[in-house]
Amino acid sequence: MAELLRLEQATIRFGGLTAVNAVDFAVNEGELCGLIGPNGAGKTTVFNLITGVYAPTSGRISFGGRDLRGLGVDGIVGLGIARTFQNIRLFGSLSVLDNVRAACNLHRATAPGHALLRLGAFRRDEAAIVARANELLEIFNLGRFRDAPARSLPYGEQRRLEIVRCLATRPRLLLLDEPAAGMNPTEKTELIRLIQQVRRQFNLSILLVEHSMRVVMGCCERIAVLDYGVKIAEGTPDQIRTDPKVIEAYLGEDHGSSLAHH
Amino acid sequence: MAEFLQQLLNGLSLGAIYALIALGYTMVYGVLRFINFAHSDVFMVGAFIGYFAGRIVPEGTLWGGLVVLLAAMAGCAVLGMLIERLAYRPLRGAPTLNVLITAIGVSLLLEYSGQVFFGAAPRTFPAILPSANFTLGGLVLSSNQLVVIVVAVLLMIGLELIVHRTKIGMAMRAVSLNPRAAQLVGVNNDVVISFTFGLGSALAAAGGVLYALNYPSIDPLMGVMPGLKAFVAAILGGIGNIPGAALGGLLLGVVETFVNGSQWSTYKDAIAFAILIVILLFRPAGLLGRATVEKV
Amino acid sequence: MPRPHVALLLALAAAYGVSHFPGGLDPYLLDVLTGIGINIILAVSLNLVNGYTGQFSLGHAGFMSVGAYLSSAVSLFVAPKLVGELSAAGEVTQGAVFLAALITGGFCAALAGLFVGVPSLRLRGDYLALVTLGFGEIIRVIFQNVEILGGALGLNAIPGSTTLTWVLAVAAVTVFVVHCLVDSTYGRGFLATRDDEIAAAAVGLNPTRYKIVAFVVAAFFAGVAGGLYAHFKLTITPTGFDFTRSIEIVVMVILGGMGNAVGVILAAVLLTVLPEVLRPIAEYRMILYSLLLVLLMLLRPQGLFNFPARRPRG
Ligand SMILES: Nc1ncnc2c1ncn2[C@@H]1O[C@H](COP(=O)(O)OP(=O)(O)OP(=O)(O)O)[C@@H](O)[C@H]1O
Ligand SMILES: [Mg+2]
Repeated sequence: MAELLRLEQATIRFGGLTAVNAVDFAVNEGELCGLIGPNGAGKTTVFNLITGVYAPTSGRISFGGRDLRGLGVDGIVGLGIARTFQNIRLFGSLSVLDNVRAACNLHRATAPGHALLRLGAFRRDEAAIVARANELLEIFNLGRFRDAPARSLPYGEQRRLEIVRCLATRPRLLLLDEPAAGMNPTEKTELIRLIQQVRRQFNLSILLVEHSMRVVMGCCERIAVLDYGVKIAEGTPDQIRTDPKVIEAYLGEDHGSSLAHH
Repeated sequence: MAEFLQQLLNGLSLGAIYALIALGYTMVYGVLRFINFAHSDVFMVGAFIGYFAGRIVPEGTLWGGLVVLLAAMAGCAVLGMLIERLAYRPLRGAPTLNVLITAIGVSLLLEYSGQVFFGAAPRTFPAILPSANFTLGGLVLSSNQLVVIVVAVLLMIGLELIVHRTKIGMAMRAVSLNPRAAQLVGVNNDVVISFTFGLGSALAAAGGVLYALNYPSIDPLMGVMPGLKAFVAAILGGIGNIPGAALGGLLLGVVETFVNGSQWSTYKDAIAFAILIVILLFRPAGLLGRATVEKV
Repeated sequence: MPRPHVALLLALAAAYGVSHFPGGLDPYLLDVLTGIGINIILAVSLNLVNGYTGQFSLGHAGFMSVGAYLSSAVSLFVAPKLVGELSAAGEVTQGAVFLAALITGGFCAALAGLFVGVPSLRLRGDYLALVTLGFGEIIRVIFQNVEILGGALGLNAIPGSTTLTWVLAVAAVTVFVVHCLVDSTYGRGFLATRDDEIAAAAVGLNPTRYKIVAFVVAAFFAGVAGGLYAHFKLTITPTGFDFTRSIEIVVMVILGGMGNAVGVILAAVLLTVLPEVLRPIAEYRMILYSLLLVLLMLLRPQGLFNFPARRPRG
């Protein structure tokens, strides 16, 4: 399997706090990896480093062999890394369809000037984009909300819309930050199924941050564990479940019990 | 050399006034994270209160000057708190843009009310203080300049004491660091914000009276330019940073005075904005400010 | 033909028709209508920045003044050298010269927009408000100091080329361009930038680029509006394009409900007519304006002409 994403000694400091500390980690083509750790371990910060929201204080992050430094958030998406946000960041006043359309700009066939001329090429391009956006929305069963403003959606639907929006950028690697947060068990099962489905359908690699052990243990092939910004373990779900360091990190946390129960 | 020192002195006395106004911008920004556009008009109102009070007290006395200054400061403190209570508090938590537009509205309301009620024509500010010129070597220092510098320095020391030595000052700092956490540990944010507006407005009023003493002509739009420049000073020093505002004000006053004394004098009103653009390009956090990253 | 193009052609035809109105229009009405047209151009273009893209520019009058000065300079100084005495030239030549003047004014304003936008658009909204305001002041000071542009006295004897047809045609083009830009997949990027810049970047949009495009396009039309204004009033001064003028345009955008095209046009009409109606109490007009602004934000922040969106069907 070819290596897709690679973090080498990735480190970031905020003032005195080292939120991510010399993390080495890789995601291979087609893999579904988990990234777990107690609250404040630095998981979201790792996502922010990969997507260019923050620049690493030191270390190197590369994607498909290419160094990501200095590309900017939008440049990195262009290479094929899309993400969702832990604290949902949709375009609240835009309709559900327009949220997805906005994300289709990377693969627009016509230049902005065509919006004024509105020739055949432009209209075909727009029609294709809308069709594709609708298709993606249907996969996640969001078609019925098409014209509603995104902020009016129920919480779970908003999370799923964020995933749809990512898919519209045609990523190779999808970073999901707690996609199952706030969902009930039925919804979680459904979400796992959907994630597996789009992974196959769009040939994706996925890095998943999730507190729900049921979700992580249920679908990840490989898991890395962060604690206080340091990677303390990496391995298959079975290895992680029994790793003493991991159990210690989670002890005292309410997740400790859920880890043990599995 | 004497020429240079003279300009420096004039610059510092102008800068001290900018600094007084800039402090209000910076303090309000500290607790509420928004630019109080109406601040420059509070400065104007301060000068007008000074004008009317100055016609009651006898001219040319020190105590008269003190009364005028205190009256303006008290009046504007009340005005500032009133503005906050009526216009800004109902919008707490609303999008920045809405608050900003409201602030512009309040600013215009003060200016146009001023034009209707005081008339648009400039008025001559009474010579409240005894005046004399002191010469030191080749330097000429007018008593008004001296008063400006002394009063500004005293007020800034007072502010420093309030912010660092009193309970309310500590609460102010707490709110500016993290309003939610401050509330959790028992700080009443409303009181702190109200107090901040009062304090900032009092300083602006003092600035207004001092400005009017030195450039003895006032009108309802007099606040616009000094207000803008003081805002630039606040950014220059690092918005939200109190010593930064003082430093920025002094620097700006000096630069402007030197430009005014040069062949480029007709561009003196543009220089502040040129500085602003340069600062935003190269050091958006200001001289003493620290760059912050938004948490995502 | 796409619908926006049909609408544009109809509007242009109507604009042409107005000048051939039987018997001509009452001069006072003509004045008011021209004012309305110019304000529509200004408000609709500013709406692209303040409404759709969510940035807060307070310098629209500054861009207007750039357009006014530069287009007047073309008419007064450049054109006579190229085509000789304007009043002696044919109608087509006059029209071409005027068009060239307007476009020059627009381009210079757009250039100024680029110059102001690039440093400031990376920053928070309220900084932009002040930088644009400051820019307006710088522009004023510069025009006051440039002798060939009349210095503090300004320019006068500008040819009166502006007709209602010109104004309405440019207004139609402005509405068309802004509408077409925004109503497209590309244009969703302006709105996305307004709603959440970080999320916009995270789906591959470049928020800074969108802001600059919005700013430059808006500045262009403000410049053209300035040109129309100058060739309508026949004399301009540096102080004629001050902060209050910018505020007037901003109020139109806010009153119309930022990002609501029809609302903004209605507001532009209303706020041009209102001062005419309020002429007897002219001195209170600006007090009314500012009160309106504050009350609007407190009571109806979505604008006068903006109504709640449909509820989701789900
Ligand atoms: N922009 C920032 N400035 C300062 N500190 C930050 C910033 N972003 C993150 N941190 C700190 O870095 C640490 C790691 O935060 P992060 O959000 O990555 O944790 P997490 O593992 O995602 O936790 P959770 O499970 O709660 O989402 C925390 O202590 C957080 O406060
Ligand atoms: Mg997190």
